[in-house]
Amino acid sequence: MKTIIALFLSIQLPFLLTSQVSDLKALKIIEEIDKNMFSKTQIVTSEMIVYGKRKKRIIRSRGYSMGKENNFTEYLFPEREKGTKMLKLNERLWIYSPTTDRTIQLSGHLLRQSVMGSDLSYEDMMEGKRLSEVYVAKIIQEENYNESPVWVMELVSKVEGLAYHKRVLWVDKNKFVPLKENLYAKSGTLLKTTTFSDIRKINKRWFPMKMNYKDVLKDGKGTDFIILDVSFNSKIPEGYFSKNILKK
Amino acid sequence: MKLELKLAFRNLFGSRLRTLLNVLVLSFSFVIIILLNSIMDGWNQQAQKDSIEWEFGNGQLINEKFDPLDPYTILDGHDKIPEENIGLTPILERQASIYPQGRMMSVVLKGISSEQEILKLPTKILKESKEEFPVIIGKRLAESAKLNKGDRVQVRWRDSKGTYDANTLSITEVFDSNVPNIDNGKIWIDINKLWGMTNLENEASYFVVDGKFKNPELSSWNFKSQFALLKNLKDLINQKKTAQSVVYGLLLAIALLAIFDTQILSIFRRQKEIGTYIALGMTRLRVVRLFTIEGSVYSVLALIVGSIYGVPFFIYMSETGFPIPPADQKMGIALAEVIYPVYGLKLILMTVLTVIISATIVSYLPARKIAKLNPVLALKGKKQ
Repeated sequence: MKTIIALFLSIQLPFLLTSQVSDLKALKIIEEIDKNMFSKTQIVTSEMIVYGKRKKRIIRSRGYSMGKENNFTEYLFPEREKGTKMLKLNERLWIYSPTTDRTIQLSGHLLRQSVMGSDLSYEDMMEGKRLSEVYVAKIIQEENYNESPVWVMELVSKVEGLAYHKRVLWVDKNKFVPLKENLYAKSGTLLKTTTFSDIRKINKRWFPMKMNYKDVLKDGKGTDFIILDVSFNSKIPEGYFSKNILKK
Repeated sequence: MKLELKLAFRNLFGSRLRTLLNVLVLSFSFVIIILLNSIMDGWNQQAQKDSIEWEFGNGQLINEKFDPLDPYTILDGHDKIPEENIGLTPILERQASIYPQGRMMSVVLKGISSEQEILKLPTKILKESKEEFPVIIGKRLAESAKLNKGDRVQVRWRDSKGTYDANTLSITEVFDSNVPNIDNGKIWIDINKLWGMTNLENEASYFVVDGKFKNPELSSWNFKSQFALLKNLKDLINQKKTAQSVVYGLLLAIALLAIFDTQILSIFRRQKEIGTYIALGMTRLRVVRLFTIEGSVYSVLALIVGSIYGVPFFIYMSETGFPIPPADQKMGIALAEVIYPVYGLKLILMTVLTVIISATIVSYLPARKIAKLNPVLALKGKKQ
């Protein structure tokens, strides 16, 4: 009996140890990704390009975020959207429209509607949880993606209530930034794809300046999100994260 | 009285064209009033019957957090099926998105037992199907989503915890119902399947009840009777009826105005005749009565003439029905492609009385002037 156990351990132990080392490495990688992608505060001026059947629309906005809970976005362009403001405090979201001079709170199914006709839903925009806190990561492959060496990582949710049960990330080995991300339903159906490009070093962190979000169940080219200017850990006045900011 | 009647008929038949025109206009109003009201009554009957058969059953037991008219309540408006559930058919609602031809459409997945018999929905097909996710949809959703029987469509939904799930639905049947509430943006699936998809086992948003339901006091569930559920529909139809009464009110007013006009002209032109009646011993009151009868006889003749051409027309309409344009059928209320008019005794009697009474009143009003006429001047033919 002892011989059998010894034989079993001698065969399985290296695999078990390798697997544990691999899981630790995967955790370290997603922690590094979180370090790059998340900051205490963030001020972003960006353009969202929504591709329609005939023409594309460009929407410029400036967003202020504090932690993962609070975000305030003001739309700057085009003229029709100028002055529209969006405030997210924890799980709640308000939108102020200057044309009606009214503020509405979005909840329930409205959060699943697309933001200004894009492939992003309000829920997608509200998502701000660190990957390392809510997903168990595993490296499933190492390969080259767009001439960069990457880890292909599978992230499976470890907490309940996440929108996406599984994510697959192509992570740049040198910059610890995802270059591509696939989001899956519980059944394994691919729902959305995000591609990250134009990775730049800003304040000692690598950050993608261009992203393309694509709802794969829908036709079309998806939505481009281009960052024109970004600053991390800058001071944002407290008043930006109160409902009073919407009507100012 | 007999004399007045005799004289009235003789006078009316004497002035042929004038009488004919008045009678025709009034009979037209009579026919139109009956037709419009019978169409509304037909719609009322058909809409109530369809709503009961397809949507309401004998009533509904609704979760206290669920409001069928408020989509915000779908997320939290559900609870465990109570232990005492005799006569209850559970229905669970969940929001989802479908992707027909690469477009995204918001829909409501409605879980119902495939063995239910309380509603006319062809749910038995769900049980017989060998597909993984068989569903049935109404013709309106099929049209707007461009889906047909046998088609497959991607669906995305969230489970009880909020995590996305997706799969492919198979359209096993496209049913034809006059009730848009169970059709527009609604996809019907076996409730057991929906429970599995959403991790909401044994939960329901509301129940359709049948005759066996005893209505016990159940906490967190509110009972709405069939009468209460039909109230909105009845109110809407009554509102439409009121709006429609303006149309036939105008028609009736035109006809009555013609009678009123004729009466004024008669009294003005027949003053010598009035003077003679009084000179021969008729009291002024009898002369007033004579002229009033003359006017109201128009309504009696109008009813006879209206019946001559109206009855065959009503019979024809009750057989062929009144077609409703497709655009009107998308209004969101129970409306069939063809409405068959219903001619109730109450409707006919009310219309007959309305026409006779209103014609009598407008005949009497100008005739009152006779009471003030000077008979000597009238005999001489001097206008007063």
